[in-house]
Amino acid sequence: MQTLLKNLRIIDTTLNIDQKADILIDNGNIEKIGTGIEVNDWNVDIHDMEGCIAAPGFIDIHVHLREPGREDEETVVSGCMGAAAGGFTAIASMPNTDPAADAAEIIESIITKSAKTPVDVYPIGAATIERKGEVLAPIGELVEAGAVAFSDDGVAIKTAGILRRIMEYASMYDAPVIEHCEDESMAGGSMNEGLNSTRFGLTSIPPIAEELTVARDIMMAEYTGAKVHIAHISTAKAVQLVREGKAKGIKVTAEVTPHHFTLTDDSLIDYDTNFKMNPPLRTKTDMLAMHEGLKDGTIDCIASDHAPHAIEEKEMEFEYAPNGILGLETTLGLTLNNLYHQGVLTIPQIIEKLVVNPRNILGIPVPVIREGEKANLTIFNPEKEYKVRVTGFKSKSRNSPFDGYTLKGAPVAIYNRGKFVISQVSG
Amino acid sequence: MNFSVSGSSVSKGETFKDTVRNIEAMKVDMIVVRHGSAGVPQYLTRISDSVVINAGDGIHEHPTQALLDMYSIREKLGKLEGLKVCIVGDIAHSRVALSNIFGLQAMGAEVSVCGPATLIPRNISELGVKVIHNIDEAIQENDVLNILRIQLERKAKAAFPSTREYHKYYGITKERMEKNKKDVLLLHPGPINRGVEISSEMADGEHQIILEQVTNGVAVRMAILYLLGTRQGEEN
Ligand SMILES: [Zn+2]
Ligand SMILES: [Zn+2]
Repeated sequence: MQTLLKNLRIIDTTLNIDQKADILIDNGNIEKIGTGIEVNDWNVDIHDMEGCIAAPGFIDIHVHLREPGREDEETVVSGCMGAAAGGFTAIASMPNTDPAADAAEIIESIITKSAKTPVDVYPIGAATIERKGEVLAPIGELVEAGAVAFSDDGVAIKTAGILRRIMEYASMYDAPVIEHCEDESMAGGSMNEGLNSTRFGLTSIPPIAEELTVARDIMMAEYTGAKVHIAHISTAKAVQLVREGKAKGIKVTAEVTPHHFTLTDDSLIDYDTNFKMNPPLRTKTDMLAMHEGLKDGTIDCIASDHAPHAIEEKEMEFEYAPNGILGLETTLGLTLNNLYHQGVLTIPQIIEKLVVNPRNILGIPVPVIREGEKANLTIFNPEKEYKVRVTGFKSKSRNSPFDGYTLKGAPVAIYNRGKFVISQVSG
Repeated sequence: MNFSVSGSSVSKGETFKDTVRNIEAMKVDMIVVRHGSAGVPQYLTRISDSVVINAGDGIHEHPTQALLDMYSIREKLGKLEGLKVCIVGDIAHSRVALSNIFGLQAMGAEVSVCGPATLIPRNISELGVKVIHNIDEAIQENDVLNILRIQLERKAKAAFPSTREYHKYYGITKERMEKNKKDVLLLHPGPINRGVEISSEMADGEHQIILEQVTNGVAVRMAILYLLGTRQGEEN
C-alpha cells in the first residue's frame, strides 16, 4: 500500500531541512521525497497537503492512561487514538494506574495493548513499589520490559533517602527520574496560593511547595550524577532553579503543560472543576515565566499531563473534584495558537520541544524525514482556525477546560507504523 | 423545605449535580445554601434556575452575616463611611471575614485585620486591608472590632500554639480594653468561645452588641428573602 502526500512543507530540525516537497510512502517506509512526484497507480492513496507542515512525529511524554484500573476513563487504545487525533505518533505513559506500573508484566501489557495502534507507547515505570516511596521498584526488570523512565507522579518521591537510591539505581540504566515536584507537607489544596485563593476561599498549594522539591531534586541530581526531569513545571522560581541547575551542568530537564503556559488562576472565578489540576494554575507572572523558559531553552519540552476523569467525578464540589484535565487533543492547537502565533516560539523551536528534546530526555531514537527511513510523521496546519469540541474527542473522557475555545493551528494527520490517520480535531 | 446533607455528596456515591437535580425536581423557587465547600453557590447558579442565596460557603463568604454586621454597626454608630473596622482572629479559616471586608469597603469603611500571622492569608493586604499583629494597636486604631470565633475543630488548630496563648495575646478582656482607654464597639458573629477570643465579662459587657446582631439578623434575612423572592428590580 502506497501513500502519496503532496505539497507539504517538510521541516526536520535534526536534518536541518525546510523544503516544499511531496512524500511517497510505501509500506510504512519513506520511498521518495521530491517535488512533483507523480504515480499512475489506482492503489496509491493521494492527499493534497497544501498549507500543511510535515515534521517528524510528535511525542507527548506525560500521559495518564487509566489502564489497568479505570478503563472507563481511558484505555491504552483510546489514549492512543486520542494521541493520534492530536497529532502525536508517540506517548510516554505515567505509572499511576491501579495497580501501579511497578512490575514488568504491567509494562509489557501496556506495550502489547498498544501494538496494533499507530502510536508508539513508552511506559514510565513506578519509581517505588505502589508509588509509596518506601521500597525501590524493580528498575532493572522494568527497563528490560520496556520502561524508559521512572516516576511516582501524582506525588513526589517521598523522602530524600529513597530519592537518592532511585537516582543511583536508575542512572546505571541512564534512565531519567521524572519528578512531580510538591512537598507533601504543604500539599492537598485546591488551587494556587495567592490573592485569588484568598478571594475565592479555596484551600491552596503554595508555589514554594513545588520549588522546594525542585531544589531538592536538582541538588540530588548533582550529588548522584543522575538525570532528573521536572514534570509540569509551573512557577517562575522553579524555572529559575532549573535555569541555574543547567548553568552548573547538572543533568536537569523540564517540561511545561499547555495549560500552564495558557491559563492563570484567574480562571477559577467560576469554580469550574475542569480548571482544577495539580500543579494548579498559577499567576500571570508564572505563566509569562513559562514563555521565557521555553524561549531560552530552560524548559526543554511541552507535555500535556493528559489526565482523563469520569464526568461524575468532575461534577463535584470544587474541593472534592479530582485534579487533572485532558491534553492530547488540545496540546498542538494551544501550542500553535498561544506560542507560535503569539511570537513566543518559531515552528522549528516547537518541533524541538515536541519531537527532539522529549525523545532525547527519554533516550529514545528521534525519527527523521529521509528516504529509506520508517515514515513517522506529524502533519499540521498552523493557520487553520477551528473550535475545540470535547464531544468529538477520541479520548474516553471529556474533562477539558478548553471546550469551545477557538484555536488557530490544527493537527491534520499522522503517519506511523504503516498507518495514515487523519485527525478530526478541527472538524 | 429543608435539605440536609452531611459531608460531601461523594460519600453517598451521588454527584453534587445529582443532589441539586433532585431539589430542582421539587420545583423550588429559591435555594438558600450553606455548604462546607467554597464555590458551591456559584456552581448552583450555573446548574439551577432558582434564586440562590449564599448562606455561607466553606471558608469563602458569608454575605448575609456581613449585611447584618454592617446593619448593626450603622444602627449603633449612625454610619459606616469613614469608620475604622478591624476583624480580629482567624481570618484564614473564616467565611465572615471576606464578606465583611468586601461589604465594609463598599460602604466606605476602612478595614483592617488582626491576628497571629498564621491565621491571616499571605496576600490579604492586596485587598486594601491593613494587617495588624498587635491587639492593643487594633483596639487603639479602630472604632469597631468584629471578633471572630476561633475554630477549635478545624485545621486552624495547627496554626497557633494553644487557645491559652491565643487568649493571652489576642483575647478581648476587660483589662485590655481599660488599658487602651478606648470606646470600641464589639461585634461577634457567634457562637462565642468564652475565654478564648473574648472573656465572658466582655461578651456580656457594655461595648458589645452581640444579641442585637442576632435580632438584626432576622430582619436582614427576611429582607433578603423578600427582595430576591419577589425578584424586586427585575423587569416584568
Ligand atoms: Zn504530576
Ligand atoms: Zn501527571
